[in-house]
Amino acid sequence: MHRPASDEFATQAMQYIPRLRRYARALTGDPSAADDLVQDALERALVKQSLWREGTDLRAWLFTVMHNVFVNQVRSAAVSRTVQLDDSIAEQPQPQSTDRLEIRDLDAALQALPEEQRTVVLLVGLEQMTYDEAARVLEVPIGTVMSRLSRGRERLRRLMQGLPETVPLKVVK
Amino acid sequence: MSTQPVTEAELQAYVDGQLPSARAVEVAQHLAQHEEDAQRVAAYRRQSEALRTAFDPLLAEAVPARLRPGRPRFWWLPVQRYAVAAALMAVSGISGWHMHAYVAGERTQTVYLARVAAVAHAVYSPEVRHPVEVGADQEEHLVRWLSKRLGTGLKIPHLAAQGYTLVGGRLLPGERGPAAQFMYQDMKGQRLTLYVRVSKEAREQTAFRFAQENKVGVFYWLDGRLGYALSGETDRAELLRVADAVYRQLNP
Repeated sequence: MHRPASDEFATQAMQYIPRLRRYARALTGDPSAADDLVQDALERALVKQSLWREGTDLRAWLFTVMHNVFVNQVRSAAVSRTVQLDDSIAEQPQPQSTDRLEIRDLDAALQALPEEQRTVVLLVGLEQMTYDEAARVLEVPIGTVMSRLSRGRERLRRLMQGLPETVPLKVVK
Repeated sequence: MSTQPVTEAELQAYVDGQLPSARAVEVAQHLAQHEEDAQRVAAYRRQSEALRTAFDPLLAEAVPARLRPGRPRFWWLPVQRYAVAAALMAVSGISGWHMHAYVAGERTQTVYLARVAAVAHAVYSPEVRHPVEVGADQEEHLVRWLSKRLGTGLKIPHLAAQGYTLVGGRLLPGERGPAAQFMYQDMKGQRLTLYVRVSKEAREQTAFRFAQENKVGVFYWLDGRLGYALSGETDRAELLRVADAVYRQLNP
């Protein structure tokens, strides 16, 4: 049965909002899309709060909820946000300062990554989750996390350094 | 003595400091002899640093009001917002919904009630040829049918004294099962709809609450297991007058 949002749950969830925002911002590449995503995730978390078991990691649970919301949005979006990297980097307007330039380059490069690689790179590199945590958030085996991480990082490196994009397949053991 | 070959996964784990320290020493030795791997590891570490440099400032930013608990948008209607919003827009280009009666922390479910009722009103009240499934000429059948589907004895208020005659009713999908909509209209063809849905558990009675979207106003309330919402594109005083009559007929 539906039950009213518990203050206790919301209070606990609240402390992770800045981290959810940081991740969402990097994930979507857009401040307002990021806050929309966080808001949708929080609303969903409130609905599903009975599924969270007290004493378990609420941060990981909230990230899982947000990830699922994100994936659903990406899949249902008529316009895919994926791979248009050369264009998106080339068409960036001239930045006002070097700081902005760096962030834009990073943003553009991140957006150029396939969504499944971007999420892993961000959960590990930005959110600093262990591989195990990332695997639980994404609900994939840890080996999948490792191979996505490896491919994502290499691709990001090549994008940032202007190297050819083709990445030789690596065997991950 | 030879060590195990370094795997790609171990290189990643080395970047992230997730290797056991004994193995990390061996990987460091490997990197000392493999320039290309060493460059990659260094680049990946710079990536993570760059990510944090770029996005960490968000951690210090004030959280926007709409994401804070206790604010309407955060608490509001955590159920199928998109479906409802899409329906609203599809129907009449309604956007920018505001719940004026909203109080932070209020039960979201009653807000949801008002909302679906308003959507249902917007969908069916302009209908010329098929406003209802069962017309007022078969009122007895209508009430039996909808009572059966909702699993509770429904009563259809009569609002002739308020200037409204029954057009009929229809079955609707509610958030947890079937819901009913009764439609009324006055001499000028102005329509009101009464949306009724049933909960599994009894809830306390609530006062009338009012919600308004563009032209559609809704008075809604809970009464035991039943939730009611009266919607119309009429002024608030008129809607309240009718809502009051509905309430008094249902609770003689």
